[in-house]
Amino acid sequence: MSSDPRKGVKDICSRVANDRTRLMDVVRDVQATYGCVNDDAIDLIAEHLSMHRVEVEGVVTFYAFLGEEKKGDVVIRVCDDVIDEFKGSDQVVRAFCRELKIKIGETTPDGRISLDSTPCIGMSDQAPAALINDTVITSLDACRAREIVQALKKGSAPESLVTTLGDGNNSDALIGAMVNNNIRCRGEVIFAPFADGVAIEKSLAMRPAEVIRDIKTSRLRGRGGAGFPTGMKWDFTRQADGERKFVLCNGDEGEPGTFKDRVILTECPGLMFEGMTVAGYAIGAETGILYLRGEYAYLRKWLESELEKRRSQGLLGPSVCGKDGFNFDIRIQMGAGAYVCGEETSLISSCEGQRGDPKTRPPFPAQRGYLGYPTTVNNVETFCCAARILDKGAGWFAKLGSDESPGTKLLSVSGDCRTPGVFEVPFGISVREVLGLVGASNAIAVQIGGPAGEMVGPDGFDRAIGYEDLGTGGSVMVFGPGRDMLRIASRFMDFFIDESCGYCTPCRVGNVLIRERLDIIRDGRGAPEDLDYLQELCETVKVCSRCGLGQTSPNPVLTTLKNFRNQYESRVHAAAPGLRSSFDIRAALAAGEDIAGRPSEHF
Amino acid sequence: MAKPKIATTSLAGCFGCHMSILDIDERLVDLIEVIDFDKSPIDDIKTFTDRCAVGLVEGGCANEENVDVLRSFREYCDILVALGGCAINGDIPSLRNTVPLEECIREAYFDGPSVYNPDGVIPNDKELPLLLDKVYPCSEVVKIDYSIPGCPPHAEAIWIVLNALLKGEPIEIPYEYMRYD
Repeated sequence: MSSDPRKGVKDICSRVANDRTRLMDVVRDVQATYGCVNDDAIDLIAEHLSMHRVEVEGVVTFYAFLGEEKKGDVVIRVCDDVIDEFKGSDQVVRAFCRELKIKIGETTPDGRISLDSTPCIGMSDQAPAALINDTVITSLDACRAREIVQALKKGSAPESLVTTLGDGNNSDALIGAMVNNNIRCRGEVIFAPFADGVAIEKSLAMRPAEVIRDIKTSRLRGRGGAGFPTGMKWDFTRQADGERKFVLCNGDEGEPGTFKDRVILTECPGLMFEGMTVAGYAIGAETGILYLRGEYAYLRKWLESELEKRRSQGLLGPSVCGKDGFNFDIRIQMGAGAYVCGEETSLISSCEGQRGDPKTRPPFPAQRGYLGYPTTVNNVETFCCAARILDKGAGWFAKLGSDESPGTKLLSVSGDCRTPGVFEVPFGISVREVLGLVGASNAIAVQIGGPAGEMVGPDGFDRAIGYEDLGTGGSVMVFGPGRDMLRIASRFMDFFIDESCGYCTPCRVGNVLIRERLDIIRDGRGAPEDLDYLQELCETVKVCSRCGLGQTSPNPVLTTLKNFRNQYESRVHAAAPGLRSSFDIRAALAAGEDIAGRPSEHF
Repeated sequence: MAKPKIATTSLAGCFGCHMSILDIDERLVDLIEVIDFDKSPIDDIKTFTDRCAVGLVEGGCANEENVDVLRSFREYCDILVALGGCAINGDIPSLRNTVPLEECIREAYFDGPSVYNPDGVIPNDKELPLLLDKVYPCSEVVKIDYSIPGCPPHAEAIWIVLNALLKGEPIEIPYEYMRYD
């Protein structure tokens, strides 16, 4: 790598042929090479890619893994998810701080090691976990944290901190991670054996419209959580006018507590790429993009080699499987730490080299998506299902699961249970059955669908998981006796406040107001009418926000208000008539009294 | 029967909302036929003499006296109305909320570009109310029944609200009289 930044940045830009839509790759490379994307680098990038510097700066400041300030050569990012917290991440953070003699957000004086916190990195089944540069370290404790710092100070590379390799393909030389798959339950759709090329061969024997008809017949719905019918989405994209069309795979699994895509990407990426190729044929696309979240960078080499293998087998590239006129290839787009990029229009913005801001809909991506062309965006698991449907038949798939939710679902279960991990179960399974599978008979609450989903109490344990009732992208967090629902809700609100892109006021401001009022209640300074206020505020944020983030971010509070109301009611007290118990005149006067050097005349 | 009473006050405000009250113009004469003003800058009554049907509060709470006055309004008024942006949200006075109090005072008495303070004195008479750590909207200190938005609110909106409250009728403010700036 060139040590002269002028030449270095120029080389990085020329690797993407100075294509401004590949800005994400450029800023990621600059960050990796120089530890930051500083003012000078921003100017150089803007010059080479013919952009305004503010566009480059906007991207650099948007993503958590990019920054204008120089980071250490090694960046430790400790996951601060609520599950990690309950598994002891606080002690881990304290140990890192003590050993490095710095606080979260700081860099050691010699400029070598930075310490940061980060939202869920997809390792909740082996928490507490941390990212050290791109290397994942799981099952941390204070002792291990000390050892890590000592090794890093001696100059060990982050990769060398991995001493035992995980199960399955995690031990492959291309991954080399200590991550465990923890597959606890294998079903027929995702984790059954699959012969590469079968689904493509069967698709190519049909006309594209027939492939879409099969997907429609199977009644497959999106696995990311929203549950939009996949066949319909493909049909819209196929029928939309456009010289080019695109297939995007949403591998930005950022919903806290979700890690099933991590396991798919490790164990059966072929099935997913197969599904993307089938989608390409069905909608008439030549290019597919896998958007891989920055936290999963450790899987990149492995996925690239899988793509290379498929090219050499004729499953990707010109004339796929010898079919004249069907050319299809896939590239990987790395993200850089932004939850909102899991929202499909934000994901498209990010792929286009912009800030991960959501776009206004309509037009929907199926009409005008990536670079303005018709685009289908589906979840990793959805593409796997699609490939399996083409192989085993739509009727076979439709018979699995429940009426409105055919097929199986991968659940990533974490928290207070004996066997956290990934479970492939038929849709329609009850919460109670899931708790039985994971060994959590004493659970007092289960968060289904991540923070944006619903907190279910024992009254709801007989409810079914599926689009009819408890929809989920896969996150199932189990909470045992003694866990404080309001604290969990408050932590979830912290997450949404951090991850809000800031574009619209209801989400940017509303979530902060929700958290403030919630914390007043947690403090015991709330009054009964505060519960009505919270309810109303949450509903306002849901209705008025621009994208899915703000439309679901009040759910932690709304669903605990509904299902755990007694926990709120036991903490609020009626104030003196007409007064607000949350207002503490003594606290409000403390600073003023201090400065004046005299006590209040009034209070 | 005695006429119902109305009280008004300006806390951390600019008296702009009170100007808007005066903008009711000649109808103030009609108003005075049906109500009496109690504690209010309009008649300069300093302390409550009686219970009031309606209290209009301009401005948020920036100091201890504001809190004291607001609480007395809550005590003496059946219906309490937050009048204008400062009372509802804190608005312009609350721009100091992002700056620690000590820095605000230093800027005001020492560091500000137009400050002339050769003796380096910070006024600190007992008569001067102590500042709060930040400016609070009225609704964070006491229970507020109604809010009339605007900086200042439209005189017509004040007129409509007062009439409706005194008659016990529903409040309907036409769109053109609602202000949010």
